[in-house]
Amino acid sequence: MPKITFIDAAGTAHTVEAEVGSTVMEGAIKNGVPGIEAECGGACACATCHVYVDEAWLERTGEPVAMEQDMLDFAFDVRANSRLSCQIKVSEELDGLVVTVPEKQG
Amino acid sequence: MLDPTAAPGGDVIETDALIIGAGPIGLFAVFELGLLDVKAHLVDIMDKVGGQCSELYPEKPIYDIPGYPEISGQELVNKLMEQIKPFGPTFHLGEMVETVKHRPEGGFEVVTDGGKTFHTKVVVIAAGGGSFQPKRPPIPGIEHYEGTSVFYSVKKMEAFRGKKVLIVGGGDSALDWTLNLQPLAERLTLIHRRDEFRGAPDSVKKMRSLVEAGAMDLKIGQVLNIRGEGGQLEAAICRDNAGASFEVAVDTMLPFFGLTMKLGPVAHWGLDLHDHLIPVETASFETSVPGIFAIGDINTYPGKLKLILSGFHEGALMAQKAARYVYPDKRMVFQYTTSSTSLQKKLGVN
Repeated sequence: MPKITFIDAAGTAHTVEAEVGSTVMEGAIKNGVPGIEAECGGACACATCHVYVDEAWLERTGEPVAMEQDMLDFAFDVRANSRLSCQIKVSEELDGLVVTVPEKQG
Repeated sequence: MLDPTAAPGGDVIETDALIIGAGPIGLFAVFELGLLDVKAHLVDIMDKVGGQCSELYPEKPIYDIPGYPEISGQELVNKLMEQIKPFGPTFHLGEMVETVKHRPEGGFEVVTDGGKTFHTKVVVIAAGGGSFQPKRPPIPGIEHYEGTSVFYSVKKMEAFRGKKVLIVGGGDSALDWTLNLQPLAERLTLIHRRDEFRGAPDSVKKMRSLVEAGAMDLKIGQVLNIRGEGGQLEAAICRDNAGASFEVAVDTMLPFFGLTMKLGPVAHWGLDLHDHLIPVETASFETSVPGIFAIGDINTYPGKLKLILSGFHEGALMAQKAARYVYPDKRMVFQYTTSSTSLQKKLGVN
């Protein structure tokens, strides 16, 4: 299974295994990664699974679609590499993905 | 039976059951209570029924409602509204229940922030994740300015006359208040993280022409810090998308970052709480206070699943016990809607 590393606000790395086809958010929730709240359960409706994608992975994770961009308006400290982790689908290609969890979710 | 029509303001509204929360579980509770002749009033902080189904995912499909391979949040709410119509529930929307107290003569007195008072025999808490409240941006120290120079809604527009107003956000709330307050404010600035707006295209157009005419300012960026003294805001320290920081002189700020769910006043009603949830026993979903029930996402018990279908089940069992408080002397005979003529009469199908 692809591995995903979440770096929390304190700088601690949490590496989890995530199933292909699931979302990066689900990988975090199933493994209790701190700082990912996912209040809406993955409906792209709350902006509480906000992450910053490591620069090296930006091309492979792709761009947020319009709905996700709209929802990112509700997140805080949004940057060019901001994504909602419920909208990133896990694939073999993303094995090794590194994302950083913001200090605070919305 | 009680008259379910709302009493005029100021009077006490009498009801059998007061349901807090008009999400799918609160709505279906009307049905289960109604079959047992228990009349209900519902109070919800939102200005529409449906709770999270309507607010968070009206168009998203739900796949685990029995009998519906696929149904959207809003469709489910619409169907529930149709299903409970025969029982004539009364809705009190845009109000939040503030207090729930025992009455010396039995039952409860429930008071809302809209000034309504209910006398009810039972209380059913179906408040889901709690009440929707505006999100507070994580700006250090913002809490010291709330209510004096930071507001999450506009109660009286006059309060903004002659002020340097900063509105934060890019949706309809941000745009509507930009257009409404611009004529009153000394200077109005709208700040949004990108030069694209979710609000109605017409509002965006109006805002842009005000900017072109020099009647207001539009900044692209985010507020990182605020400065002021004694609760009075003086400046917002912002960052543009290139990373450069800039300041906006401001004495009133209105951040619009959508809604989040908070447990709210439920915490002060004397109920046992466990991790922001209300423990219930699973024969009737009654809380630690007899006569107060909790169903749906807000309750907890061994094996609890936060599913809509579980909330429906909880509502059915709750109604059996609730009816005993309303009709203590009546013999309860369990009946099916498929075969009971008396239930069918209540549903208006016979």
